[in-house]
Amino acid sequence: MAPKLPIYFDNAATTRCDPRVVEAMLPYFSEKFGNSASRNHSFGWEAEDAVELAREQAAALIGANPKEVIFTSGSTESNNLAIKGAALMYAKAPAGQTGRGHIITAIHEHKAVLDPCKRLQREGFDVTFLEPGADGIITAEMVAGAMRPDTILVTLMWANNELGTINEIPQIGALCHQRDVVLHTDATQWVGKMPTDVERDCVDLMSWSGHKMYGPKGVGALYVRRRKPRVRLEAILDGGGHERGMRSGTMNVTGIVGFGKACELCRQEMDHERERLLKLRRKLESGLASRIEVCQVNGHADKRLPNIANVSFGFVEGESLMMGVKDIACSSGSACTSASLEPSYVLKALGVGDELAHSSLRLSLGRWSTEEEVDFAIEAIVKAVEHLRTMSPLWDLHKEGIDVSKIQWQAH
Amino acid sequence: MAYSEKVVDHYQHPRNVGSFGTSSEVAKRTDVGVGIVGAPECGDVMQLQIKVNEQGVIEDAKFKCFGCGSAIASSSLATEWLKGRSLDDAMGIKNTQIVEELSLPPVKIHCSVLAEDSIRAAIADYRKKNGLAAESAAPAAAH
Repeated sequence: MAPKLPIYFDNAATTRCDPRVVEAMLPYFSEKFGNSASRNHSFGWEAEDAVELAREQAAALIGANPKEVIFTSGSTESNNLAIKGAALMYAKAPAGQTGRGHIITAIHEHKAVLDPCKRLQREGFDVTFLEPGADGIITAEMVAGAMRPDTILVTLMWANNELGTINEIPQIGALCHQRDVVLHTDATQWVGKMPTDVERDCVDLMSWSGHKMYGPKGVGALYVRRRKPRVRLEAILDGGGHERGMRSGTMNVTGIVGFGKACELCRQEMDHERERLLKLRRKLESGLASRIEVCQVNGHADKRLPNIANVSFGFVEGESLMMGVKDIACSSGSACTSASLEPSYVLKALGVGDELAHSSLRLSLGRWSTEEEVDFAIEAIVKAVEHLRTMSPLWDLHKEGIDVSKIQWQAH
Repeated sequence: MAYSEKVVDHYQHPRNVGSFGTSSEVAKRTDVGVGIVGAPECGDVMQLQIKVNEQGVIEDAKFKCFGCGSAIASSSLATEWLKGRSLDDAMGIKNTQIVEELSLPPVKIHCSVLAEDSIRAAIADYRKKNGLAAESAAPAAAH
């Protein structure tokens, strides 16, 4: 059966809010509209009850105590609060001085981690940006090699947003606990898809977002460990002292209700969904790799999320490829649509050559992705790559046996 | 980004795709001029080949392009405009005319510049092969 077009294969960017989540949220707009901080009447109490239920649902998904869950506006805020909040709390010297402490992150992190780290670097902290191997993974060994006596914080994503590659978070967590270093992980792409247990996995701070797991946009959470060790944060938003003083601001009750429901659904459906998505992703990747020459699946072969495929097609350009697959909503590995002509910094970090980094698609599957859609996508991509290669001078050179990367191009 | 109808049309039905032989074959042909501009790391490589008759008129033109839809459309359009023109006349094709014809947005102006550069490079190659001096050698648009 032909799928309904366009196909949505950009679930790593955002997901459709599950209708069951929307249903749970609806009463909290106009009927149960109270402020969860209103302690004197039933409107406030029912809002508070709803927030606390959501906190339990969120905690249950990650093996935490509900008291360890702080609601935020999403992963960008959670990352900022975790990184800046921990750095300021554990700083070894006051503001205005250098040598305030050492932070470890990686060059292919999301901008919402890189930019807070760069700001701290300007404010007197030392930051090490680890470089992954060709498989995209940051190992515990790499982190151990970068540790210093003054290391105060390690911040590494659990799974990469462009590649789906999975860092060795449990091993890195164990290492951090041995060395009394705080570990923050941006788990935006991980939570809800993969089993998570912050106790077992030795995580101290963890960010995640509602809209990446079939919940609403504009709501997320930060897990903050309360014991063994107790992690403390300097607040970024000052005000009414909500969320144990760590995040002031009236609670987004409606959003939080949706976030909680989304967490509950992910917990219930994760095991089955993970298997289903993995099968679809493998079909997609093998379908493309078997029919297209000079095609490579980026990132580690197995240590990847079940729903993200990042595939490079040699000798075709990414933006024109996107144009050729207009019925598939996906992301280009290249930033060519913006003013910048730079290929993806994530792919470059893996040592993917320019000619391949310029022509990559990130296809990310989700709860409503079907096998028919995967079949359609394979056909559409094969057709587009063939069309573009009939036009590609680089493809001709490759076919003539000339190594395109060895040619002296006139820089433009 | 939304593409203009003309860009989409050239992308879907590119005119004059191809070449007059492999890179080593055309290097030996004195009736063919080849221009290759751009670089893979910049995301654009344009190859333009012109076949010139004894009267100095461009009889045929072929292109290949690695680049975005606007780059493909710019080079496809260039081949249409080149056919039947004298070399001097072809030197008069300006990137701004391509921008106008294809309604290219500001971020895609470099595609038209690349097309103009490829025309000049192909003509220069033809003239060099035939020992002809460059005539009316106006500098390429700044970019």
